[in-house]
This record gives sequence, structure tokens and C-alpha cells, in this order.
Amino acid sequence: MTISRTSLLASRRSLLLVSGGLALSALACNKPSAPSPSGADSAAAAPDTAKPASALTVGFIYVGPKDDYGYNQAHAEGAKSLLALGVKIREEEKVPETVDVQKTMESMINLDGAKLLFPTSFGYFEPHILKMAEKYPDVVFFHCGGLYTEGKHPKNVGSYFGYIDEAQYVSGVVAGLTSKTNKLGFVAAKPIPQVLRNINAFTLGALSVNPKITTSVIFTGDWSLPVKEAEATNSLVDQGADVVTCHVDSPKVVIETAEKRGIFSTGYHANQAALAPKGYLTGAEWNWAAVYKAYVEKVKSGQPWQHLVRGGFKEGFIKMSPYGSAVSEDAKAKAEAAKEALTSGKLVIFKGPLKDNAGKEIIAAGTERGQTDIELEKMSYLVGGVKGSIN
Amino acid sequence: MTASAAPGAVSEPEAGPARARLLLGRLAAFLDGLVVPAASIVVAVALFGGFVGLAGASPLEVYGEMFRGAFGTWFSFQNSLQRAAPLMLTGLCTALPARLGLIVIGGEGALFVGGTAAAAVATHLGGSQPYVVLAAMALTSMVFGALWVGAAGALRALRGVNETISSLLLSYIGIAVCNHLIEGALRDPQSLNKPSTLHIGEQNMLGPVPGLDVHYGLVYGVVACLFCWLLMDHSVFGFSARIVGGNPRAARLSGLGVTKLVVIVCGLAGAAAGLAGMVEVAAVHGKANASLVAGYGYTGILVAFLARHSPLGILPVALVLGGISASGGLLQRTCNLPDATVSVLQGMLFVVILASETYRGKVDWFTRWLVPAKGAAA
Repeated sequence: MTISRTSLLASRRSLLLVSGGLALSALACNKPSAPSPSGADSAAAAPDTAKPASALTVGFIYVGPKDDYGYNQAHAEGAKSLLALGVKIREEEKVPETVDVQKTMESMINLDGAKLLFPTSFGYFEPHILKMAEKYPDVVFFHCGGLYTEGKHPKNVGSYFGYIDEAQYVSGVVAGLTSKTNKLGFVAAKPIPQVLRNINAFTLGALSVNPKITTSVIFTGDWSLPVKEAEATNSLVDQGADVVTCHVDSPKVVIETAEKRGIFSTGYHANQAALAPKGYLTGAEWNWAAVYKAYVEKVKSGQPWQHLVRGGFKEGFIKMSPYGSAVSEDAKAKAEAAKEALTSGKLVIFKGPLKDNAGKEIIAAGTERGQTDIELEKMSYLVGGVKGSIN
Repeated sequence: MTASAAPGAVSEPEAGPARARLLLGRLAAFLDGLVVPAASIVVAVALFGGFVGLAGASPLEVYGEMFRGAFGTWFSFQNSLQRAAPLMLTGLCTALPARLGLIVIGGEGALFVGGTAAAAVATHLGGSQPYVVLAAMALTSMVFGALWVGAAGALRALRGVNETISSLLLSYIGIAVCNHLIEGALRDPQSLNKPSTLHIGEQNMLGPVPGLDVHYGLVYGVVACLFCWLLMDHSVFGFSARIVGGNPRAARLSGLGVTKLVVIVCGLAGAAAGLAGMVEVAAVHGKANASLVAGYGYTGILVAFLARHSPLGILPVALVLGGISASGGLLQRTCNLPDATVSVLQGMLFVVILASETYRGKVDWFTRWLVPAKGAAA
């Protein structure tokens, strides 16, 4: 009796298996037909219809999600602006800085026919972009980070970066005039020069309008640690900070936590106003659309392009988020004035006499370190007024 | 204890019906081990088709793109192979202790520790021959990886600490310590915005496998899996380890050194993950930095479970997961699906394959057709 039941079951199972096998073979038959060029093109045509057949294909690679309200979203917004130029965009997100990104670049070149690539994460440059640039000399690679060295790196590589510390300075002006406790908070990823420059510029901006200001810094240790970022923000609020900002890949958690705790915040990378309608004051944003449009126009028309481009307000590389409702007229006026002075070059952020937060002189009186000063690229200090330590 | 393949002895003249039946039984067991996971992959892919259908994409087109991205062209196939290479080694990190009944999930930390140690050693052997440097790097990475996971094994064997928790926590500790060293004592002062160790030197880098666009990590992975297969499935040591996995108390009573076995197998597991770190340094990055923490250790857990902790099974599974990751990019680019789509597929695969375990050895379709006399496939 048991035997017959098993065999009955077995026959039912074998039927299932056979039908599974049939489905598999049907699938196998379908496979070669689906990836035909027309199939692939109709899929690609969905977002950007009616493009000429010879449209330039531009690949964008992001290290995180492209809707992260941060670093990657800023680049994705720049990518989207290129659609107006009649180019085809291919995007891939969450690509780690390993051989994966090399393969993604190659895949874009071999399978999508990309001729121009924007691998946007800082860590993609060495060795990944350099290796692929040597292998594919006909493809142009533009990298975000300003790491190109003439004579050392391949000719088909370009690198760009923005002096976003200018925008952080303006954010600092707004924060310094909005804070009632005179305590600002800064959630930072790693104590590396780029991050330190933002912390210092933010603090100097605040100090320029309110000498009683202090900025407390918490380093989380990595670029994307949402739990630690929330803890750090809460801890800063508990210490009395009433304006926080950050330099992490996605400011989302910091801004949301600040809003939940009822304090003010200033953004970074992209516009986070939607996350904090009450407390969002302004923010330091990239304006990659301007940079990318200029690059793509040049590549399309075959004009030469610069290997290394950097810029601040003046060159249109960065911008401020629109002021929030909590920003006073006085703060707006002073922030606009600072922005204008930075644009014209009248205002230099890092100038002597400047001391670090241990009282050691960093820049002697009378010395000005303008944006292009190479010394600023090696920044390894926190200025007076910043509470925190690098080591 | 299922024999997975039956090499040789196919055409021996004196092989009687008993021998033929044995062979058929082995074949049935082999097919059983092959068809059930393959069928579950088909089921998972079908479920995934429904999912992308709900997400607004055409399932057939998605399947087509996946195939094109993973295996459709010679470039795609090499892309999948390349992505599979580190997963073979990190898969071993979970698969080996699993034979002892231990769930170790700390491969990520062991990989980073091994990679950092390898980079540190290479920078101290500046003038030596490349093969000396590479051998020293491989050895160091394996020793440090072994120390890391071996420690979790020792805690388990000596103090009864849960190895799953301790290996994960040790992994966090390892990542934090390595980050600290890379940002401090081992830092190349030139690495301003991306703290890294010194470069190991171009002459010491592992190149591609001849004829392929895949680095030597693939060879390391395949050799390691074959070695572990021989060790775990065809040696007295592996047999003892599997007895411990079956029943540690019985193993102890029958005179096996359970503590020693646990520590050694965990050490081997850590050595495999450490070696994966060395390969990442020597074949890809040229230096150790935070990019080594790319999730290979965690994907390795998935690989090991899907391969049912068989060192040989890791090879095809790693290739399938490498292919999924390779095609994931194309799905994003041509079908406009988010990256999370790939995680959904991986999750579905994981659940369906684990659920299909209950069907293993119970599909007596094989036994009925292949071994009419008695059910040898169990």
C-alpha cells in the first residue's frame, strides 16, 4: 500500500520534473532570440525615444544607489541632464571598487557600445580606470576626484573635482546665524583631507559671523554607515548642537534624524530639503550637470578637452540648496554676500593667521592659501573652534 | 556521505551485475545531486520572472539579457568567471566548518586581515624575486586568515562559544583593526584621500591566466576547491571531520581529537578566506585598502549553502552567482531595473534551494529508472 502511494507520488513528481525540463528547454530556445540587437534596442529606447542611430552612448557607474539623496544622486542628476544633448545614457549603481568596476566598464564598452564613461566613485581611479583606459584607448574616461597627473596617466583619461568647501563656508554662515545654542554638529566619514577641508570651511564660515560658535565633529569611520550616522547625530543633539551637517555618502539619515529631533540641518552633495521641510536651512550641492554637459559637448564635436578641471562657485561646479523657511533675512543677505565674495575671489577661506584646535599655528599671518594651493590638498588639521580630534 | 562521481572502472570486463548496479546507484545519486538544485534554480528563475513582470519589465527580455550578460558572449563568460574567482575561496570559508556542523560567517574579516597582512609583507620584501614575494604573501595571508577563523573555532571547541556569533564579531574586529592600521602604521603617506598601504610593486602583481582575461585568482580558487574536496571527501582526516559533524560526542567517544579537528578545519577555512584577500591585493588592487571589504565574504556564505558545503559543488555555484552578478549590471542598464533586483534573485535562489533540500534523495524517479533492484540513492 505504501509502495503504490510512493510510486503514485513519484510519477506525479516525475511529471513535474518532465514539465520543468520542457519549460527549461523552451526557455533555452527563447534565449538566443531575446538578446538580438533589436530586442536590446527597444528596451533601451524606452527612456530616451527617437534618438538617431549613431547617438553617443555614455556610461555612468555609481558606487551606491543612485537615489541616495547624496553623492551618487548628485552624479545621477548630472547624468540625466545629458539626455537633452541627444546622447544615450547607460547607468549602473552599487558597483564596488574592485575588479567588478573594471568588468562593468568593459561590459559597457563591449555590450552597450559606450564610448565615454563616467565612473564616479573616488576609489575607481586607481587601478581600475587606469587599467581599462590602457586597454581601451578609443574610449574616454572621466573620473570624479581630480587625480589626473600629466605624463603619468593615459591620454584618454580626465579627472574633475569641485571646491565644495566654498559652499560649506556659506552653509556655515547660515548655520552660525541660525544657531541659538552656538553649538554646531558635523557627522564625518573619515579624517581625510577632503573631509577636513569641509569641516574647517563650515566652521570658519560660522565663525565669520558668530565668534562664539563651536563645531563638534564625530567621525563614523566609513562612507556609508547609516546606523552610526544616526547615533552620531543623536549624540550631537544630546550635546546641545542645534544645527548639524555632514560629509558622508548619503546625508539622508543625518538630515532625517535632525528633523526628528527638531533641530536644523544643512545638506551636502544633493538637495535634501524634501527630507526635512522644517529644519533644512540650505546645503552644499554639486552641480555636475554643468561639468558633464561641457565635457560631452566637447567629446561629441571632437574638440580637445582638459585632462584636469576643478572649479567652485565661479566655474559653476557647485551650488547652494534654496534657503529653507527658517533662514532669517539677515542670514540670507550675509550668505549671499559670502557667496559673491567667494565667486569673485575676494574672499579666501584659508588664510593666516590660522590656528588649529590645539592652538598650533597652521597658516602664518599674511599668507593666503587660495583654492588651487596644493597645500590644501594635504590638509591634516582641524581649525580652532572645532571640537574633535583626527587621531 | 553521498559519493558524487564515479570515475574509472566503466568498462571492466569482470564487472558483474552487482558492480553495474553500484555504478548505476552512484549515477543516480549524482543525478539526484545535480537535478534537484538545477530544478530549484529553474523554479527560482521562474519566480523571479513573475517578480520582474510585476516590476514592469518583460520576463523573457530579462532572461535574454541575463543570459547575454552572464554567458552569452566570450567576454560575458570571462566576466562571470572573474567574478566567481573570489567567491570560490570565501565559499570554502563557510563550507569547510559546515562539514563539522559549524556555521562560520566571518569570511569577510578574514579576507581583509589576510589581504592587509599580505600587503604589509610584500612592502617589506622590496628587492626580492616576485615568486618569493608572492609565496610570502600567500603564506602570510593564509596564516593570518587561519588565526582569525581558527580563533572562532578554538573558542567553540575549548569554551563552547557560539562560532556563528564569534566569527562575525571577530570579523568586525578584524575589519576595524585593519582599517586602523591602513589609516595609521601601514599608510602610504601619498594616499591622501584614500588611505592605503604602499603598493606591492608592479613586478609582483599576479597577471591574467594565459589565454583568458581572468586573473590568477581563478586558478587559486579552483585548486583550493579541488584540494579541499580531496581532503574532506577522500581522506581519513575528512572522514573524521564528518564524523564530528554527525555527532561530536560519539566522535569523542570513539577517540577522535575533536578539539584539534575543529581548530584545524576552522583554520583551513580562514586560510582560504585570507588567500582570497591576498589574491585581491596581488591581482587587482596592488595594495590593501577599504575596497577589499566588498562583500565577497558574505556572498561566500551564500555560495557555501547553495553548494551544500561540498568543496566541489562550490565551483559551479560560484560560477552561477558570478554570472548573476555579471548580468545584474546589464539588467540595470538595458531593462532599467534597480540593483536590488539581483538581490531579490539571489534571495529567491537561496530560499528555493534550501527548501529543495527536502526533496533530495526522495525523488525516486532516479532509483526507479536507474536502479530497478533496490534504492541505492539515499
